[in-house]
Amino acid sequence: MKYIEEFQDPALAERLLGEIRAAVTRPWALMEVCGGQTHTIIRHGIDQLLPDEVELIHGPGCPVCVTPLEVIDKALEIASRPGVIFCSFGDMLRVPGTGRDLFQVRGEGGDVRVVYSPLDALRIARQNPGRQVVFFGIGFETTAPPNAMTVYQARRLGIPNFSLLVSHVRVPPAIEAIMRSPKCRVQGFLAAGHVCSVMGTGEYPELSERHRVPIVVTGFEPLDILEGVRRTVLQLERGEHSVENAYPRAVRPEGNPAARAMLDDVFEVTDRAWRGIGVIPDSGWRLSPRYREYDAEHRFQVTGIDTREPAACRSGEVLQGLLKPHECEAFGTVCTPRSPLGATMVSSEGACAAYYLYRRLDLPSAASRPLEGSPVV
Amino acid sequence: MCLAVPGRVLDIEDRDGTRMATVDFGGVVKEVCLEYLPDLRVGEYAVVHVGFALQRLDEESARRTLELFENLGLLQEEFGDPDEPDGPEGFGRSREEARR
Ligand code: SF4
Repeated sequence: MKYIEEFQDPALAERLLGEIRAAVTRPWALMEVCGGQTHTIIRHGIDQLLPDEVELIHGPGCPVCVTPLEVIDKALEIASRPGVIFCSFGDMLRVPGTGRDLFQVRGEGGDVRVVYSPLDALRIARQNPGRQVVFFGIGFETTAPPNAMTVYQARRLGIPNFSLLVSHVRVPPAIEAIMRSPKCRVQGFLAAGHVCSVMGTGEYPELSERHRVPIVVTGFEPLDILEGVRRTVLQLERGEHSVENAYPRAVRPEGNPAARAMLDDVFEVTDRAWRGIGVIPDSGWRLSPRYREYDAEHRFQVTGIDTREPAACRSGEVLQGLLKPHECEAFGTVCTPRSPLGATMVSSEGACAAYYLYRRLDLPSAASRPLEGSPVV
Repeated sequence: MCLAVPGRVLDIEDRDGTRMATVDFGGVVKEVCLEYLPDLRVGEYAVVHVGFALQRLDEESARRTLELFENLGLLQEEFGDPDEPDGPEGFGRSREEARR
């Protein structure tokens, strides 16, 4: 497939690795912000190919994982109501709420449907004028414009039975929160490429300057990750900090102006609780007052929610890069993708799921790396 | 869920006042909304996420990035540590030459 395979070329990967090995003189801790990048890194074993000095800390950029429990519980409650068709991206269905998930709601007779695009949910609403159709609008800046389009179109086309349950999150305030944490070890960021495809790079120079931290906009294929690491390490070794774009084929400095204009129209910035992390100021979007009638929280008035997280789950620490998934006691024993305790075990972008998929067989031995020449099982 | 992948526009049409395209993802064809990239043309590539084209994929820039990666190895083999693994076979100098 064009522009995917080219960026997986092993010979070029070896060249990038060689450059990184040549540049590095001391330990550096870099955070890849996006869960899609975590997935690439673990799947291709990039963390194990990098020199020992370079540590990759997995960031909180899995939207499925950080959607607050309270919102999941609201989704479960709305989806259970008679007359509702509840539409969602597929990986939300297994995310544990308090005591159950959307799959169970479906098993109990709820009309829960998986859609590929939010516009599919809008089509379902047009086809079912007698039912209330709710779309679960989660995601980062990449997914927010597609979701914003649904309410814009619902109003334009006059589709009154459609509403959006919104829990959008924004990357820059999360970087700010990570850098402010007293436990922060991060010295450089691989910023999420597709977030910047929409938003551009304008939000990052101020962050980079204030925290004196390199921020390199990075893509998602193995060579993209290595190039992001190479550029970040070069900056750190030189004692520099700036914003670089290592993903120019999909990121322009101004982002996508049409998408940003739509975001400004449909949403407004709000404080948002991140599951396992807590409230981060200004880190979310909700529907602006102009679109309030399309807000599912407003339309369904869900109250009396009592949220409970399983005590064993340490996904909050995993999401903040303080704990590697296999260091959690529940990992692979009581917690697996089929019966996940935490959201980070559900989505393929969640760090726990990525480790379970690609590392389960080498763990815990992967923690102590095999010596060169030892048989690879 | 966050997956966004490049696809090539096969054709474009207006549906209900919304600009839509059929896009080819290496053999899989899907409907994609072009409202955020209204000037995307047939034959061009775009990064597509949950049924929306979000950014034009710049082929020229992709090619330049790959060229940059090709050239990186050269520098490393000129100055690199001879004990480090070499690049792929048949590229640049041999390990013996580098040691001299
Ligand atoms: S392995 Fe399971 S229980 Fe442990 S942190 Fe991850 S999701 Fe939570």
